[in-house]
Amino acid sequence: MSQKLPQSANEGHVTLRSYTAGFLLSLVTTVAAYVVVTERAYSKQGIIAAVAVLAITQFIVQMLFFMHLGQEKGPRWKLLVLLFMTGVVVIIVVGSLWIMGHLDYNMMSEKQMQHYMDSQDGL
Amino acid sequence: MSELTDKPVITQKEHYKQTAETDHSKTILGFWIYLMTDCVLFASLFATYAVLRNNTNGGPDGSELFNLPFVLVETIILLTSSFVCGLVLLAAQRRNRAYVIAGLTAVFLLGLSFVALEVTEFRHLVEEGNSWRRSGFLSAFFTLVGTHGLHITVGLLWMIVMVAQIARKGLIDPVLRRLSLFAMFWHFLDVVWIFIFSLVYLVGAL
Amino acid sequence: MFGKLTLEAFKHDIVVMGGVVTMVLGLLSIVFLLTYLKRWRWLWKEWITTVDPKKIGVMYIIVALVMLLRGGADALMMRTQQALSSGASHGFLNSDHFQQVFTAHGSMMIFFVAMGLMFGIINIVVPLQIGARDVAFPFMNATSFWLFLAGAILMNTSLVIGEFAATGWLAYPPLSELAYSPGVGVDYWIWSLQIAGIGSLLSGVNFFTTILKLRRAGMRLMKMPLFTWSVLNAMTLVIFAFPILTVTLALLALDRTIGTHFFTADGGGNPMMYVNLIWAWGHPEVYILILPAFGIFSEVVATFSRKRLFGYTSMVFALAAITLLSFSVWLHHFFTMGAGADVNAFFGITTMIISIPTGVKVFNWLFTMYKGRIVLATPMLWFLGFVATFTIGGVAGVLMSVPPADFQLHNSLFLVAHFHTMIIGGVVFGYFAGITYWFPKIFGVLLSERIGKYAFWCWLVGFCTAFIPLYALGLMGATRRLDHYDASLGWQGLFIVAGIGVVIIMLGIGLQILQFVVSFFERKWNRDTTGDPWNARTLEWATRSPIPFYNFAELTPVSERDAFWEAKQKGIDLHKPKTFTDIQMPKNTPIGFIIAMLTLLIGFAVVWHIWWLAIVAFLGVVTAVIIRLSDDETEYILPAADVKKFETGEQPA
Repeated sequence: MSQKLPQSANEGHVTLRSYTAGFLLSLVTTVAAYVVVTERAYSKQGIIAAVAVLAITQFIVQMLFFMHLGQEKGPRWKLLVLLFMTGVVVIIVVGSLWIMGHLDYNMMSEKQMQHYMDSQDGL
Repeated sequence: MSELTDKPVITQKEHYKQTAETDHSKTILGFWIYLMTDCVLFASLFATYAVLRNNTNGGPDGSELFNLPFVLVETIILLTSSFVCGLVLLAAQRRNRAYVIAGLTAVFLLGLSFVALEVTEFRHLVEEGNSWRRSGFLSAFFTLVGTHGLHITVGLLWMIVMVAQIARKGLIDPVLRRLSLFAMFWHFLDVVWIFIFSLVYLVGAL
Repeated sequence: MFGKLTLEAFKHDIVVMGGVVTMVLGLLSIVFLLTYLKRWRWLWKEWITTVDPKKIGVMYIIVALVMLLRGGADALMMRTQQALSSGASHGFLNSDHFQQVFTAHGSMMIFFVAMGLMFGIINIVVPLQIGARDVAFPFMNATSFWLFLAGAILMNTSLVIGEFAATGWLAYPPLSELAYSPGVGVDYWIWSLQIAGIGSLLSGVNFFTTILKLRRAGMRLMKMPLFTWSVLNAMTLVIFAFPILTVTLALLALDRTIGTHFFTADGGGNPMMYVNLIWAWGHPEVYILILPAFGIFSEVVATFSRKRLFGYTSMVFALAAITLLSFSVWLHHFFTMGAGADVNAFFGITTMIISIPTGVKVFNWLFTMYKGRIVLATPMLWFLGFVATFTIGGVAGVLMSVPPADFQLHNSLFLVAHFHTMIIGGVVFGYFAGITYWFPKIFGVLLSERIGKYAFWCWLVGFCTAFIPLYALGLMGATRRLDHYDASLGWQGLFIVAGIGVVIIMLGIGLQILQFVVSFFERKWNRDTTGDPWNARTLEWATRSPIPFYNFAELTPVSERDAFWEAKQKGIDLHKPKTFTDIQMPKNTPIGFIIAMLTLLIGFAVVWHIWWLAIVAFLGVVTAVIIRLSDDETEYILPAADVKKFETGEQPA
């Protein structure tokens, strides 16, 4: 975001549009996610999926409209680093859940094993 | 002409202009990179929360503790403050000191309200015996949400310093640059909150 | 008033007292020397307040080498203990001591020796290699170093006041939790690492930005020297891995201070999550350490083969592949924790895959040597030593990447031998190559080649003598971290051989110290005035020796890889600038040092629960940061006339 030189009035207007659009879209996605949960609009899996999609949508909206991502002149380092960060974040979160989930499974107590076997109709 | 290439050797004036531009763009990039590290920091806290979310140690879980209307209000306050922060930058572009200070004050008050609400929520939980000591789930909750709150608090302090600088020095280049960095920081905190709101509170309340 | 701190903390047994006395005497002699030579003002002006990365790099290396002595002393103690402690004999260290010794050994070697050497060389070389005058954020760079030193000081303080952790260098819970480590040791460990870690993270941001934004005009990415490429990749890893460490240490600290249940054995904690997180950082960390060493080898091999590096593009891609893949292998550090076959298989495969790009690099270095005119200078010897040792250690690693094999070898001495081979054969040999290669550039004095070669051979022979027995012992069933074993096992012979190996390494270190001392005293005869003693290829050699503080008088655009070599071929002398312009330079400042020392106080205060001190020091840090970040006059102009005086030798720079 190059703030050094005064922008033309037209450019300023364009960015005001950008911020307002971002604000309104974010508001909509926020309230939508809230309603989906409070009204229990879908099954549990469905709600979680909807909330996740809405969150990612708002993330992208704010990146584009508030952070002006992808609009830098010259090599797009900010975008590249953001993408790499996203990859690392996904690996850490998904990887941890996958690993820890498996560890939990292999660490079941007697009682948990009984419960699990019952829920699976005795295997 | 440089002997190594056919590019001209730059003049002193060119050099200064390039230096100023480089200064600005390298600071913006550097701060962006720091924000990326902060994302990984939050991701680690999220991962920990996700792993510990069911470790309630016989105590209450999210569905019993989270007050969604309250959190919605917090979310809208923070979102609004992020929007107003954008407007502050526009005013700064136009070198409008009065609007910038007014805008920053508005952002500050919104941010302060957010923190006040969050502290109220935390106090309530602690008073009911559901502090971070109660369970792994609550430890993770308090730490994740609390770390975000601490970042917001740093932002509040930053705003005070910015207003003082703008009042004293006006919107000179270094001050404008710092304002851009602050705006990036503040927007980033709202982005992180999207995920806390969605994945901790909304999903946790199910 | 003093929290948990009492006079008891200062009482130690004879062995520890020996260490304390040595350390205190060392410090006092430095203080005495500075006073006697009336150099306090000089120290403040030239070193403590500097923002010059060349000086900062030198300081990093000095601290790292001092910590090498401390970590090495730990190694000597461990080897001696294990050589003696068989059957009826129990050596000279009790179990608690032994545990603190191996914890300190690992922690110091990784965080202060390896990271210190790495950041030291990066500070000195990278701005020069990209043809810049400084790093992107000079003040932050200085602060990073002082934070690094603060962490080192805090860890060493544990020897004098209190105790250190007895948990191993990664301090797994539940052992590292309050219930099983109620003393201050683990807290010292947490906070010294946390403080140094922040320094590392800031450096990561700094050098990443520097390389992307401050390259000489015309130096496109694919024209950068390989060392700079390796640093760019390593800094990428720092940026994305260190925050994980910050969080993990913080969570453990919270468990120990305010009663959270992240990793506790009760209350809903999950100790395995700690292991998962710490290695999600830990694996990228080892690649952070090795990539710059690979970069150094690329420079050294090309220079001393008098040939362009073979396969530049594949080298760059190999670095990138290693960087990306290093985030996909971390579970191989805990195959045995029980995640099951699916998970283990996945990470076993990724671990095997990551060895491939390293293989590509080794072959490229060898192909560079082929039909080159080899000069067996000391840096080249370090490289050759690396090829031999690292290959052995590497294949040992690939063996362990097979989960069923790892189930036998995990936490055995085979593992210990493997990672020491990687770190000594790869990281340490690499950084020694770098130091011997770039020493004449930074100091304008050549190191004694003869002593350098003797030191190398001691290290190589010593290393093999110390660690090949460990491979054998591991396969025979010996576990790591043993302070005693049954005589009937028949292991003592091999432990004694390993002990001799460490003594030979110590001899090597002694020779290295001698090398510095001799080179200092004989400096009048060993001056390098050419600025290019090895007939090298990259831009850092396009400066005079010693280098002026502003690096380059002229920022001539470049167009080729090995820009300096190209200039030499074209007959252009980059040491003689044609034009002189005003140069913008950053001012010296004490604030980085002040921030770090206050942070050291915070760390010490938190360890001992002296809360008022922690808060006061914290407020001090915040104040210092605000003051610095509100300062608009952090640079000064060096007039062109002065630059001319420095360049023409009228005045020394």
